Amino acid sequence: MTPTLQVFLIVSAALFSAGLLAVLSRRHAIFILIGIEMMLAAANLNFIAFWRFSPQSQPPTGVMIAIFSIAIAAAEAAVGLALVIAVYRHYRTTNVDHLDQLKG
Amino acid sequence: MSSVAFVLIAILTLAAALAAATLQKLMHATLSFAVALVGVAAFFFLLGAEFVGLVLVFVYIGAVAVLIVFTILLTRRDARKDHGANWGGALLAVAVFGGLAWAVFKTPSVAIGAPHIRALTVKRIGEALMTSYVWPLQCVGLLLTAALIGALVLVMEEKR
Amino acid sequence: MINQSIDGFLHPDVSKSVDQIFVNAKQWLLGLLSWLTGAPGWVIQVASSLINIFALLFVFLTLFALMSVLERKILGRIQNRYGPNRVGPFGLLQPVADGIKMLIKEDIVPARADKLVHFLAPILIAAAAILALGVIPYGRNMTPFTIDGGILFFFAVGSTTELAVFMAGWGSNNKFSMLGAMRAIAQMISYELPLIITVLPVVMVVGWLTPDRIVAAQTGYTLGLVPRWFVFTPWGATAFILFFVSGLVESNRTPFDVPEGESEIVAGHMTEYSGFKYATFFMAEYIGMFAITGLAATLFLGGWHSPLSVLEFIPSYVWFFTKLSALLLVYIWLRGTLPRTRIDQIMNFAWKFILPMSFTCVIAAAVWHYAGRGLRGWLWSFVVIAIVYTALSMLLDTQRKFAPRIYRFAE
Repeated sequence: MTPTLQVFLIVSAALFSAGLLAVLSRRHAIFILIGIEMMLAAANLNFIAFWRFSPQSQPPTGVMIAIFSIAIAAAEAAVGLALVIAVYRHYRTTNVDHLDQLKG
Repeated sequence: MSSVAFVLIAILTLAAALAAATLQKLMHATLSFAVALVGVAAFFFLLGAEFVGLVLVFVYIGAVAVLIVFTILLTRRDARKDHGANWGGALLAVAVFGGLAWAVFKTPSVAIGAPHIRALTVKRIGEALMTSYVWPLQCVGLLLTAALIGALVLVMEEKR
Repeated sequence: MINQSIDGFLHPDVSKSVDQIFVNAKQWLLGLLSWLTGAPGWVIQVASSLINIFALLFVFLTLFALMSVLERKILGRIQNRYGPNRVGPFGLLQPVADGIKMLIKEDIVPARADKLVHFLAPILIAAAAILALGVIPYGRNMTPFTIDGGILFFFAVGSTTELAVFMAGWGSNNKFSMLGAMRAIAQMISYELPLIITVLPVVMVVGWLTPDRIVAAQTGYTLGLVPRWFVFTPWGATAFILFFVSGLVESNRTPFDVPEGESEIVAGHMTEYSGFKYATFFMAEYIGMFAITGLAATLFLGGWHSPLSVLEFIPSYVWFFTKLSALLLVYIWLRGTLPRTRIDQIMNFAWKFILPMSFTCVIAAAVWHYAGRGLRGWLWSFVVIAIVYTALSMLLDTQRKFAPRIYRFAE
């Protein structure tokens, strides 16, 4: 019994939900970033699974999208973490519940 | 494709992802996040895209995980623990998972087995990057430069 | 695989069979296994991988033991003293004594340390170092595991070492360990970029990321005399020196051993480890050194090729380990003669000198390729490298102000 595409998509959906859980229920800003990175990894898994199970195109499109997505995720993680450090320097807290200065 | 390997890797990845989402100590959650990424890289190896798996290990675990760890060290005045998952978040996550799984099961065209494909060599990826995808490559280069400069500017201390 | 014919010196058949003796032995063993048990194909594949792994571990653990005593003896001779010479003839059984000592030491874990992280860190470092050894070609047809992106696998596995070093430093709950770990990671990250960019010219010229193909691209001799190794081209020589220096830094060896500076921060991230865990760190550092020097020999020194065509009867693995030993001797020599550099000097060196020079190597390799790969290409790429080197030397030297030396003598 070799795994079908459905099984891969279910696993990727589960990984995405775990990332969503981390984003929704954590207070520390870095945890939210970890959740976002997990959601991006789940989306990459989806792309590669679809590439594998579909008729092949000449440039391997799914793989290309995954490679670029990994690069962009790294850039976004770097900027996000720089933001967390800058916010910590100013407000002395990383709890996102306390960052409510712009509340109406 | 072997199904024993698939089941083992799936269990490892999902357990590590759930641990990363629910553990209270920051460091343990970060390390289980790294383990979950290793699991995703193993999936890529199983699916035949070894280059992408290696790039994932290299970029995420070698760079992003180390960045996260450094940031945790630099922002340490807060309490080291964090509340774990709460019920509202868990409910929403389960609902999203249920919706996605229902969509997957409802689509008959994804219940297919793995066809035979040509091996994905690094040469093919390189050729594609330099011919069909050369503009996205240059744009990603610019984006990474902009992200680098932006991150540096954000954390540079202001001169007094 | 790439099966090349061997020009033997005296007896072609004898030299060929000696060269392939390990490959033939493994094939014979696998044939015996399948005849004895009649097992299906995948069991034979698993058995083949296991034989590769055990051979690799045996060879490199023996080499590690030998090198630990040889290093101390050579360092001793450089410092005008004998090294260890009590245990066994010329002190060569010293690793046995060291091993027994490490094994029977008490394993002390700090009370408030994070037990899981503290336990896993040395295992992860050792696993990463041993994994990296698996893609290097040790002889003709003697690569343990052929992966299409072999060089990328090597660097991906090497980059997980940083996370493991951090785990070691943080898991010990000790300020010195934390400081040592942060210094170690800063150093390793800074030099990882030059390490990879100096490999880029080689990959560009060969067109493959597989170490086997890179070695195969270095066959032959120009004018029948000089081998076509990449170290004999201007960009290759510069890239080899930069790769060698970056490898020194990645392995945390003197003159770059700030993370484990014995006179400064006790033992850095390894402070709170005793007994067998410390031995594991020690072993991981040495095996990391073997991996980096093995890769340097593969990429720049022609792998298992012999330097002269008359010497080709000597087996390929002997040549590989000779080159490996020569590079390790240079490592030990540098450790014995150079003082430690400061951490900010290391960072400046990486970002201001090594990184621009490694980009120059990429450009010089392209110039070499497009000006024809002969004498004209050689000269033009040499000109490119010389111009950039001179410019960098003049730009970076502006801060030094030397005062005349004043000698004071007792009156």
